[in-house]
Amino acid sequence: MKYVIAIIQPDRLDEVLRRLTEKEIHLVTVSNVVGRGRQKGIAAVYRSHKEMGNLLRKVKLEIAVNEAFVQPTIDAIIAGARSGEIGDGKIFVIDLPRCIRIRTGEEGGEAIG
Amino acid sequence: MKRPIMHGRRMSRVALAACALIPAMIAPAMAGDPAAPAPPSTNSGDTSWLLMSAALVMLMTPGLAFFYGGLVRKKNVLSVLMQCLMALCVVSLQWVLFGYSLAFGPDKGGFIGGLEWFGLAGVGQDPDPAGYAPTVPHLAFMIFQLMFAVITPALIIGAFAERMKFAAYTIFSLLWATIVYDPVAHWVWGSGGFLRAMGALDFAGGTVVHINAGVAALAAALAMGRRQGFPDGISPPHHLPFAVLGAGLLWFGWFGFNAGSALSAAGLASSAFVATHTAAATAGLVWALLDRAFHKKPTTLGMITGVVAGLVSITPAAGFVTPMGAIGIGIGAAVLPWCAVTFLKTRLGYDDSLDAFGVHGIGGIWGAIATGIWATRSVNPNGADGLLAGNPAQLWIQIKATAITGIYSLILSFVIFKLVERFVGLRVTEHEERVGLDLTLHKEAAYTIVD
Repeated sequence: MKYVIAIIQPDRLDEVLRRLTEKEIHLVTVSNVVGRGRQKGIAAVYRSHKEMGNLLRKVKLEIAVNEAFVQPTIDAIIAGARSGEIGDGKIFVIDLPRCIRIRTGEEGGEAIG
Repeated sequence: MKRPIMHGRRMSRVALAACALIPAMIAPAMAGDPAAPAPPSTNSGDTSWLLMSAALVMLMTPGLAFFYGGLVRKKNVLSVLMQCLMALCVVSLQWVLFGYSLAFGPDKGGFIGGLEWFGLAGVGQDPDPAGYAPTVPHLAFMIFQLMFAVITPALIIGAFAERMKFAAYTIFSLLWATIVYDPVAHWVWGSGGFLRAMGALDFAGGTVVHINAGVAALAAALAMGRRQGFPDGISPPHHLPFAVLGAGLLWFGWFGFNAGSALSAAGLASSAFVATHTAAATAGLVWALLDRAFHKKPTTLGMITGVVAGLVSITPAAGFVTPMGAIGIGIGAAVLPWCAVTFLKTRLGYDDSLDAFGVHGIGGIWGAIATGIWATRSVNPNGADGLLAGNPAQLWIQIKATAITGIYSLILSFVIFKLVERFVGLRVTEHEERVGLDLTLHKEAAYTIVD
């Protein structure tokens, strides 16, 4: 089992979800996050006072998958989120030792889908 | 700075109407005593407009709370709302107990009213004896003026937001209302007040409310010192939609503030209403254009700031200028405060958190002086002609009244701040400022993270 974490541009969320659905990956947790990377911030102006916003809004997806779904998940996220510009985001894949469904107590691959 | 007093043609119309109506209305009750004198007459149209206007002006203080509340950081929004609410409570009581009497009571040397009307003694359902508003109950005039007395100290909050102790704020507001607002209101509007006698024009409170509070805001910023991290470590406004909501409520309430100051429901109120709206619209537009020209994009905060500055500047002039005059005043109302918040604040380095001085002080001073430029007796025969109507002397009177009020407010406000500092302290601790005033001063949080 793997735990896939993706940081993407907020406006790409719908497209990424659509691509994931196409590959029958339905379970996903989404959060609003702020962060920074090479893209740098966007300056804002408040009554002529310039603010260099150094943190940008992003969306974080968290998806737990069985081995067979790791590559399809990555492909779907890239297909949905890539624009070719700086700031498209990153995907992190980490090992997932355990997964438990709260309702039934099932463990492992059974519980993940 | 005279409130327009009804006389001539209008008076006779009201008198005629009263003569015609009153006998008919009271005939059954008076049947046994046909010779009894008619009671003093109030005009129901004027009275209902003034009561409605008082309610409109009341709404401006919660409106101001949201305007300011949206501009502070998340951790301090409740503290600003609380300060506005406390002004509404504490100054209202002050006004009913003795503030109204100090401002509008029988004159003592042109400087202050006496305490003859303490606890509203003698302030009743008949028109006031001083002739402030001859067609409405004295109580209606009093409650209308109360709302002005409440919002004026609340305006100063913008200068010391996010760092003042709540008890110090409450004591300051009470002292300031008593020592600064009440005398200045008496000079300008009170029967026998010396600025009124000098012929200064202030239709709805440009001097009494905005210069007075705006200059006190400068004193506040100087007395309090800067917030930790100012200027670069301060986060931007936490909720601009709140600020827009607040500005909208202010704009709406301002019709009561200015058109209500006609103290009658007729032509002059309509003229003031139109001038008020025209100046606000002009200044909002011009501020957006300035932002577009100098920062490449028009900003929401800029536009609402311009609207408020336009409303501030038209306040002293509302009942004395034509709609074209209002456009002229509105342009200056955007340009001068824009320059103040862009250059002056940065150059001088004071931390007027929400630009109470930049908007109300500078906008108020411009409005008072501009009244001396655009005023014309063709709009209000009880007013005066200004510079453009061939009377440069009025401009000089306006400048003198501005200077006298500004200097008085600056010095007295600073002294009151220092007194309060001496006895209770002004600033919260560094820890409280860092954690936020909502949690440390009020034990509440405006926003929860879950549910």
